Amino acid sequence: MQETATKLLENKLPALLSHFAGECVDATDFRGDLCVVVRPGRIRDVIAFLKASPELPFEILMDLFAMDYLKSKEPPPERFAVVYQLYSVSRGRRVRLKAYLPEARPEIDSIHDVYKAANWFEREAWDLFGVDFRGHPSLVRILCHNEFVGHALRKDYPADRYQRLRSVSPSSGI
Amino acid sequence: MRDPARPATSPILTPPEESHRELSFTTRLEDFVNWGRKNSLWPLPFGTACCAIEYMSVVSAHYDVSRFGAEVVRFSPRQSDCILVLGTVVEKMAPVLKNIYDQMLEPKWVIAVGVCASSGGFYRAYHVMQGIDEIVPVDVYVPGCPPTPEGIIHGLIRLQEKIAKGGLVRARDRHKAIGK
Repeated sequence: MQETATKLLENKLPALLSHFAGECVDATDFRGDLCVVVRPGRIRDVIAFLKASPELPFEILMDLFAMDYLKSKEPPPERFAVVYQLYSVSRGRRVRLKAYLPEARPEIDSIHDVYKAANWFEREAWDLFGVDFRGHPSLVRILCHNEFVGHALRKDYPADRYQRLRSVSPSSGI
Repeated sequence: MRDPARPATSPILTPPEESHRELSFTTRLEDFVNWGRKNSLWPLPFGTACCAIEYMSVVSAHYDVSRFGAEVVRFSPRQSDCILVLGTVVEKMAPVLKNIYDQMLEPKWVIAVGVCASSGGFYRAYHVMQGIDEIVPVDVYVPGCPPTPEGIIHGLIRLQEKIAKGGLVRARDRHKAIGK
């Protein structure tokens, strides 16, 4: 991690740096919003720590979603990323965690048992981007119907490919 | 006997014998039945988006669709004969719409209200059906995003004109050809 990033974390989130220095890859600050890039391997530990950390508890998982950087003008090290938006109600602070995932195996540990809200968010990220969340209790499609093939929001999914659902049945997800 | 000089769109009073002047009239059976049908449509609002909000205005006092005999809004396909598809129909919803349409009894008509129902509108993407005419036969398309209440009433009047010109028995084969 670069020195500026280390200093930023020391200023804004010292607890994370002291406990998970090895997991942090980069940290940036955009207009007061802290964004920390972390390694995907121990994401569950990092997030569980941030939720329980007594001096800065991030009680709420505001959002969790995936990114596809295919055809990006400034491509990051890997094609996919999972982004976690945490919010601390007691301190009024926010932090964004980002973990890059390789194109060949986009998978990361599920955090559904840390934040219950993550359950459906992870299903959505799997449905639309094909990111696999290890340990998720029921990783099935949530927005597209069950006969849908592929992952619709990947950048290589054709914008004009429609997949018809012909019948109403329990297996079709309705 | 029908006077051939008169239009066939409504029952026509023709003077019968003097003794029955106040009591009777003659017309064609098709004209009489269609006159009844077009002035007593029972709509089923299949509302999925903002077009349904406009339809609420159409039914309410200011626009007052009962002036056209179509105010008996029913939420059961068994009790209605005109389904208004008001809004975006996503691929996941498509078989639901088809199922509801199939449960309506003949004669039945379909109005696609707004650009989403007509062509997918600005949802040119993986999740939205590009016009409901892929699965159900549409009689009238109402443009607009959303259409004004006047626009929906205009569509209703066009449907009434269409009903007035139609035959007594609707061709079921036309319905079967679509959606298979």
